[in-house]
This record gives sequence, C-alpha cells and structure tokens, in this order.
Amino acid sequence: MLLIRCPYCEEERPELEFRNAGEAHIARSANIDAESDDDFEKFFFIRANPKGVIYERWRHIHGCARFFNAVRDTVTDKFVMTYKAGEPKPAKLPGASK
Amino acid sequence: MAKAAARTKAAAASPSVERRPALAGRALSAPGVKVEILPPAERISLRAPQASLAALSKALGVTLPVKPKTSATKDGRTALWLGPDEWLIIDETGKDPLADCAKVTALHSAVGISHRNVAISVTGPVAAATVNSGCPQDLSLEAFPVGAASRTILGKSEAVLLRTAADAFRVECWRSFSDYVFTLLSEAASDAAN
Ligand SMILES: [Zn+2]
Repeated sequence: MLLIRCPYCEEERPELEFRNAGEAHIARSANIDAESDDDFEKFFFIRANPKGVIYERWRHIHGCARFFNAVRDTVTDKFVMTYKAGEPKPAKLPGASK
Repeated sequence: MAKAAARTKAAAASPSVERRPALAGRALSAPGVKVEILPPAERISLRAPQASLAALSKALGVTLPVKPKTSATKDGRTALWLGPDEWLIIDETGKDPLADCAKVTALHSAVGISHRNVAISVTGPVAAATVNSGCPQDLSLEAFPVGAASRTILGKSEAVLLRTAADAFRVECWRSFSDYVFTLLSEAASDAAN
C-alpha cells in the first residue's frame, strides 16, 4: 500500500484514506464571460496527462478531509512531495537535478 | 421555535415514543479482546477558525486540541481533532455541548450529531490487532499513543478512532454502518487472538 504524506495531518497515511481530485493549478478565469469557446474548452476539458511528473489535487477524504496538492510521477507512482492547497507550485522538487 | 421545543419535550415524555439506540447491549468476548456497544452519548460536529478556539474551549470546558491526531478530555467530555478546523466533541455525562456552544458569539458551526454515531469499545491485549483487521493505520503505541484520535477507514466504513488506554479503543461509526462495523470487529476479535 502507498503511504501519502498529508500536509495537514503532518504524517504519512495509508492511501485508502485518500482520493485523487484531478490536475492541480488550473485557475478559473476571473472573467469567464469573456473566455472564447476555445479557451474555455482548454480550461474545462483539456488536461496535461504527462508521462512523468504531474501536479495533482488530492483529498484526505477519510482523514482530515482537506484538499492538498501532490507531485507524483505517473511512471513509478512515487509521490515526490505534497503541499497545502493554495501554496504555489514548488519551483524546485526534492531530489531533482534542476 | 418555542413551540417546537415544547413539542419535543412532550414527545420525549410520551411513553409511546421511545428512542432505541442501535445494537444496544450487543457484546462479544474472545480470548484477549472484548467488543461491546457503548451507551448513547451527546456529540457535536464543531467547525471553527483559529480565532474562535479560546472562546469555544472556555464554553465547552475542554481545550480544543490543535495538534493533528490528538484529543483532550475533561470531566467526561472529549474533544477529538479531526481536521485543521474540525473537531468531534463527545460528552458521556449527559450534558449538552450544543447548548454550551450556543452561548459563544465567536464564529463557529456546531451541529448536533448525538444519534448519528454509534460507539463501540474494543478492549483487551489484542485490541489493536482487532481494529487493525479493518484499519490500515499504524496503531502501535509509538504511532498511536493513548489519547490519539483520528478519522480513518475501517473496512468499507469510515470511522473515528480514539485510544482511551494502551489496550482500549473507542470506535465511532455512523449509525447505519454500526451493524457492519460491529460484525467486522466481532469476526476480527475471534481471529486476532490466533
Ligand atoms: Zn490529513
């Protein structure tokens, strides 16, 4: 079983307590009326789906129930790091060369 | 409001209306562990920001814990940390924590959930192994000491665990899940000693 560190519970907890909540750092336009159909489609439907490092929202649904962000490698399924919701995308990942 | 309160009072006094707690009196003993349904208790779900905690703690008579996975108990009333702004308050003395919170003007949300939950006690030398049969958390005394509390998963149900002693757990689950949870723990109790 995977252990995922919840930034609010401040410890690693079993994956059964968590639920994935899609890609992170997708900002809704402040002026959604002015969005073109193409831009709205990109915002609403199109996801990066990378092979490798992905930034995701997760929810500790059967724990503290909070949403947070996680950096995960889609190839190895390894969680690189987690951080609180609202915090900026980390500029540097632990263990990364650049 | 007053009318509704009067009606509730009349209903409570009427012999034709009787509240039957789920699974009341059910218990199972296995070598090294006992699983039993605990008596009804008063409970609230409390949500509040940091700024309101002092006032709420004073009104409730127990200091709301702010450290993850901890609880605080005073005079039969326990506050369990569930999340950064969420607590479960359990009162086993019959006093109403909802009424205490109603006097607090600081921002908060208190919801009465006394009869939403059923509490099951798991006690004995193999209590941790019994709970662990359905719960993936590390329940060793190092990781989950006496007083530790956590919302987690128990088999197919969500549950809140409180370790009341080295060999005793209070398992809180939703009423509609209580039959499943009690049966799961009973089966586990029979296995745990082996
Ligand atoms: Zn958490």
